[in-house]
Amino acid sequence: MRRGNIIKLAMLVLLVAVAIALSIKPLVDPEKGIPLGLDLRGGVHLVLQAEPNVNGTPVTNDDIEKAKAIISKRVNEMGVSEPIVQADYDKKRIIIDLAGVSDPDKAVSILKTTAKLTFRDPQGNVVLQGDDLKDARASQNPAGEYAVDLTFTADGTKKFAELTTKFIGQIIGIYLDDQLLTAPRVNEPILVGNAEISGSYTTLDEAANDAVLIRSGSLPVSMTIAEKRQVGASLGVDSLNKSIQAGLYGLIFIFLFMLVFYRLPGVVADFSLLVYALIVLWVFWMFDVVLTLPGIAGFILSIGMAVDFNIIIYERVKEEIRAGKSLRAGVESGFSRAFITVIDAHVTTLIAGLTLFLFGSGSIQGFALTLMIGIVASLFTAITFTRLVLRLTVGISPKMNTAWYGVRRDV
Amino acid sequence: MEKNGHPATYEEVKKIHPLYFNIVKKRYWWFGISLLIIIPGIISLFMQGLNLGIDFKGGTMLELTFKQTVTQTVISDTMKSVGLEGSVQLSNENTSVLIRTEALEEGKRDELLTALQTKIGEYDKSTLKEDKVGPAMGQELTRNALWALVIAMALMICYITIRFQFVYAISGIIALLHDVLVVVGIFSIFQFVVDATFIAAVLTIFGYSINDTVIIFDRVRENEAKMRRTDSYEDMVDKSVWQTMRRSINTVTTVLITLFSVFILGGESTKIFSLAMLIGVFSGAYSSIFNASQILVEIKSRIKKPSKGAKAKHA
Repeated sequence: MRRGNIIKLAMLVLLVAVAIALSIKPLVDPEKGIPLGLDLRGGVHLVLQAEPNVNGTPVTNDDIEKAKAIISKRVNEMGVSEPIVQADYDKKRIIIDLAGVSDPDKAVSILKTTAKLTFRDPQGNVVLQGDDLKDARASQNPAGEYAVDLTFTADGTKKFAELTTKFIGQIIGIYLDDQLLTAPRVNEPILVGNAEISGSYTTLDEAANDAVLIRSGSLPVSMTIAEKRQVGASLGVDSLNKSIQAGLYGLIFIFLFMLVFYRLPGVVADFSLLVYALIVLWVFWMFDVVLTLPGIAGFILSIGMAVDFNIIIYERVKEEIRAGKSLRAGVESGFSRAFITVIDAHVTTLIAGLTLFLFGSGSIQGFALTLMIGIVASLFTAITFTRLVLRLTVGISPKMNTAWYGVRRDV
Repeated sequence: MEKNGHPATYEEVKKIHPLYFNIVKKRYWWFGISLLIIIPGIISLFMQGLNLGIDFKGGTMLELTFKQTVTQTVISDTMKSVGLEGSVQLSNENTSVLIRTEALEEGKRDELLTALQTKIGEYDKSTLKEDKVGPAMGQELTRNALWALVIAMALMICYITIRFQFVYAISGIIALLHDVLVVVGIFSIFQFVVDATFIAAVLTIFGYSINDTVIIFDRVRENEAKMRRTDSYEDMVDKSVWQTMRRSINTVTTVLITLFSVFILGGESTKIFSLAMLIGVFSGAYSSIFNASQILVEIKSRIKKPSKGAKAKHA
C-alpha cells in the first residue's frame, strides 16, 4: 500500500516536470505560441469613426463594408503580421489592430486618409476619379525622380484621352483629397492610358504610400480617429519582461508562504500551483487568447486566488482532524465540505469577471478573460489534481504525526 | 477504528486563537473606524472629485523618453508654442515625459512632436507610448463602466440571496460599498489618475470582497442551522468569524503577495491597477471580518424582536 502510493506520487512529479520542460518552447514561440497583445509587442490600435457625409446623407452599412475592405487592402500592403480589421456596424466604426508595425505613424496616416484621387481641368471641374484607375505603382523615372505610375481602365483611358486632347497646352490638376499632388502641363494627348505623377516625392517611400492609397481606392466616407493606442516596440518588450518577473517573484513568495504555514499540504499546494499555471497557459494557447498587460496581471492575481482554494480546504481538514477524525477521514470530509464554500465564493468573482468582459473594451476584456479562465482552471485543478496528490500523500503514511499537517493533537 | 470527536465548541475556538477578542460585541468600534476612513474620502469627492484620466474625459496622452534631461517648464513652453495646454509629469530621472492634453488631431499631434524634437532634442521612437481617446469614445467608456458596476452589484445581490438569505445579501453589499468608498476616497484625496484599469480593479474588488464575505457567511449559515433556541445569535456569529479567521488572513496574504509583486515589479501601466487592488483587498478583508457579519447581527437583532413576541404568544 505504502510503496504503491510512493510510486504513484513519484510518477506524478516526474510527469509534471516533463510537462513543464516540454511546454516552455511551444508556448513562448513568437509565431505559434500564445499571441501577445499590442502593449506587450508594440503596435497600433486604431478605432476609426465614420463621419456623416457633407450633404447630410447617413452612413450606411454598405459604406462601412466597403470601407472595411479598402482598409484591409491597405493594411495588407503594410506587411504586418496578423493584422486585425473589424467592423462595428452599429456604431459605424472600423477597429484596426496592427501588432509589431515598424512605423506606426505612417500606418495611421495611410489608414485614415480618405484618398479621393481627382483629375481636374483648368476650370477645376472633376473629370476623372480614382475608380477610373486600374493600377498605381511607385517608381523612379529616367530623370531620377520618384513618381507614381498610373494605369487607367478602358473607360478611364478614353476619358483621359479626351481630357488631354481638349486641354492641350494647359495645366490640369491632380489632387489627392484636397491636396494638390502635381499640376502638369499637357504637352500632347495621351491615348495609351498611362500617366506619371512626379515632382513632389522626395523618397520612394513617399511615392509608395500614395500608390497604396490610390490602389486601394478611396474610402466612401471620411473617417476620424475615435481612439488610438500606440505602444513602441521596445516598450512592449520591456513591459513583458517586467510582468514575467513580477509573476515569478509572486510565485516564489507564495511557495514559501504555503510551505511555512501549511507544511506538507503546503508542498502539495505548491505542486498543484505549478500544474494550475501550466493548464491556464495551455488554455490560452489553445484558444488563441491574446495576452495583454492587464491580462498578465489578471493571471498573477488568479494565482493568488487559486491558492485560496487550497487554504480553504486545508483549514477545513485541520478542523476535521482536530474534531477527532483520522488523517484520511479528515482529508476526505475536509474536501467535500470545503468544496461548497469554494463554489459560492468563486462564483461571485466569476460574476465580476463576466460583467467586466461584457462591458469592458480591449485590454480590460483581456483581464476579465484571464481572470475567469484562471478561476475555472483552479477549480478543475483542485478537484482532480490536488485531491489526488493529497490522497496519495496520506496513503503513504496514514499514521503520520498530524504535526506534519499543522495540527497539534494535544490541543 | 475511527475516532468520532465533536466539532469545536465556542470555548475551544476561543482557546485556539491566542489573540482572541470578541469581535461582534465590539462592533460599534469597527463601524466607527470605518466611518473615520470613509468620511474624509467622501468630503474629498465633493470638494475636488476624482482625477479622471483620458479614458473618461477624452484627450491625448503622450509618453516620450528623451536622450537628455528635461524640465517641466521647457515642455510646457513647447506645448504653448503650438497652442496647447496640458499636464506634464516627469519620471526616470527627468528623461521621461508624460503629457496629457485635449484630444489631438493627427496634424496637431505631429506638430507637437516635431516641436518637441526641434526645441528639446531627439526622443526614442521605439519607446513612444500614445493614447488618444476622442470625447465621444470617452463618454461611451464612462457609460459602460457605470453600467458594469450597477449590473455586477445587482447580480451579486441575486446570487447571495439565492444561496443564503436576502439579509445576508444586504450585509454583504454594504460591506462591499464600504470597500469601494475607501478605494475611491483614497484616489480622490491623493488625486491619483483614474483610468480604465481602475474600473477593472474596482470590479475585481467587488468580486473579491464578496468572495471573502461569503466564506464567513458560509460558516455562519452552517452554524446557524445547528443553533439551539437558547444560543445567542451574536455568539454564534462571533464563533463563525473566528473559525474562519486563519483562512481569511492567509488568503488575503497570498493575494497581497501577488499584488505587491505586480505593483513593485510590473511596469508603469499596471501601477494604478495594482494600487487600487491593494487598497481594495486590504479594505475587503477588513470589511469582511469586521463589518459584514456585524451588520448581519445588527439587522437580525432589529427584526427579531417583533417575531420573538409572536412566538411567546403561541407557546
